[in-house]
Amino acid sequence: MPDEPRNLAILDEDVQFVITSGADAVRQGLNRALGVPPLSLLSREDRSTAEIVLAEVFNNIVEHAYAGRDGSIRVWLSLDDCGLTCRIEDEGRPMPGGQAPAGRPPEPQDLPEGGFGWHLIRSLSTGLSYQRVGAVNRLCFSLPAERSGA
Amino acid sequence: MQLKSAMNGSTLVIRVADDRIDAAGAIQFKERMRDLIQVPCDRVILDLSNVHFLDSSGLGAVVAVMKLLAPDRKLELACLTPTVEKVFRLTRMDSIFTIHPALAEGLRNAG
Repeated sequence: MPDEPRNLAILDEDVQFVITSGADAVRQGLNRALGVPPLSLLSREDRSTAEIVLAEVFNNIVEHAYAGRDGSIRVWLSLDDCGLTCRIEDEGRPMPGGQAPAGRPPEPQDLPEGGFGWHLIRSLSTGLSYQRVGAVNRLCFSLPAERSGA
Repeated sequence: MQLKSAMNGSTLVIRVADDRIDAAGAIQFKERMRDLIQVPCDRVILDLSNVHFLDSSGLGAVVAVMKLLAPDRKLELACLTPTVEKVFRLTRMDSIFTIHPALAEGLRNAG
């Protein structure tokens, strides 16, 4: 069972799972999440997309929102006919300028070693929105989930 | 971060034994690679057949290694699995590397 979030926000549905902020915890949490519904129900291609996007979102929270501090990442994933709806919350620093970065991809010829993350997130997701709600960062987006032929 | 290296003629082949190059392991990957590429060689091929996931940190680390080898030696990649290939393609960083579908082909043909 996931731990209780440390700051009790009023949640309208159960938290899907909670990851402790940290690169190793993100790796383990993501691996566990991929093995259970709803992620385990996705096609291989869609699961690959979800792994990429969630890894980038979680890593951004660890590195920038919490910037090395302790904290938790709360994740809700909901699968329906429209796709996989994702909501990720943390209590780290707000995004600069109150907006999620545009994610303009760096130019390959410049041999960039970073700056790829938001481009990957935005290219693979739809309906991305960021809100600062009190002390909480809330990022919502949808990921593809092809219908399993019913 | 487990890396296994072997010389094939004058080509250094480094196989990544870990199944991910991600934020948790990118720095160790870079450091291990920096040690392994000290050997004299004309080419370096990074065999990624065992790597099923690579995130932006992993990609950055691979680029960093490429820059360490430059200008005298090129970093070539082999055996990209689907998710890894997707990350290289979406970022267009696949245009920067010589990528071999299979190691045998990479060893036959200079990049």
